[in-house]
Amino acid sequence: MAGAGAELSTDEWIEVLRQSRALGAAQLGFSGGEPLVRQDLETLVQEARQLGFYSNLITSGVGLNTERVNRLREAGLDHIQISFQATESDVSALLSGSAKAFDQKLAMARAVKAAGYPMVLNFVLHRHNIDQVDRILELSEALGADYVELANAQYHGWALLNRDQLMPSRAQLERAEQVTNDYRAKNPDGMRLFFVIPDYFEDRPKPCMNGWASMFLAVAPDGRALPCHSAGELPLDFPNVRTHTIEDIWYRSEAFNHFRGNDWMREPCRSCPEKEKDFGGCRCQAFALTGDAANADPICTKSPHRDVIDAALTAANCHNSTTGQLIYRTMSESSALIAKG
Amino acid sequence: MNQNAVPRLHSHFRLQWEPAQDCHVLLYPEGMVKLNGSAGAILSEVNGASSVTDIIASLEAQFPGVESIADDVMTFLETARAQRWVEID
Repeated sequence: MAGAGAELSTDEWIEVLRQSRALGAAQLGFSGGEPLVRQDLETLVQEARQLGFYSNLITSGVGLNTERVNRLREAGLDHIQISFQATESDVSALLSGSAKAFDQKLAMARAVKAAGYPMVLNFVLHRHNIDQVDRILELSEALGADYVELANAQYHGWALLNRDQLMPSRAQLERAEQVTNDYRAKNPDGMRLFFVIPDYFEDRPKPCMNGWASMFLAVAPDGRALPCHSAGELPLDFPNVRTHTIEDIWYRSEAFNHFRGNDWMREPCRSCPEKEKDFGGCRCQAFALTGDAANADPICTKSPHRDVIDAALTAANCHNSTTGQLIYRTMSESSALIAKG
Repeated sequence: MNQNAVPRLHSHFRLQWEPAQDCHVLLYPEGMVKLNGSAGAILSEVNGASSVTDIIASLEAQFPGVESIADDVMTFLETARAQRWVEID
């Protein structure tokens, strides 16, 4: 994180955990970056367990080994999710059968399963891999996954910069959703699948974070507290856990109160009957695409900025008609290798 | 459901009392189910050792005079099994 201060110490993290638990937080996610680089992760997990948190580790699997998987289990970690990010060449390498790039990840997925954790695999989908959802499901099943998240990239940060390279066409999306539904129908007791479409294909915005600062608080490595992982992009002064208590941050800080409730809303949100349902959508998306975080999320067809979304959708549909086939052909040729897992 | 069967909590779930929610909850990867009073009381008896009969007997002892405990337990355990919260062989 550019310009960030020093990382919180073990004691500072433990204090954050204690304060958060005392305020009623029950779920704790260790994410990143890569949380495994923290050598004190086991200590933090142990403290979290004693406090009564259900603790989740979200990892790329890089830097993980069987010994650490087991040590974290002993410390009281409840769940490890292995993520296959769009930012890595991961999924395409996997699907094209270049197993080298994947040996580590697959070995770790097996170790996680063997240690008795619930196995959640998360795949970030984009137009270069979305046609391979059937392969992704095969592989997940071979690894013994319990839950599989097939989440289309949400276009923030890196993904927004590369949006034109990542966005699937509507036809691709429909095929992938059909494959997902077919699996569910054929395997009622099988893996639980979560399929998340990019919100660009919706008419109304998602109820991002269930409303600003309503149920989630992130603490960055340097101690900055945020109401969601992406909110650091917004021009707000976010408080730091080094100088403020979690209680102060949650209930009284300007940043956490900034978009709570409805008073901050403009039209078309202010008079919209659906404002309690979607809370005006995502503040980060409004900021990134309209330049002002207080505007309606431009996903909404009532937004005067919806043309930005429609232009991106049109581009995605055109783009795919020229390049989709080439990618598909490459994938098919190597499918024989994939089946061996 | 066989009354001699021994239900156990699925290993992916953790049952605990949440003071902030004032109820029992089931915690699972990145989520939480809030349980009502009777669901919390029944799941608290699910320990992988007690049979359905034991669970009913224990609850009848804790809540004397409450009718239909046996039916409530059976109905709830079927739901809990369908939700994969508990496993019953």
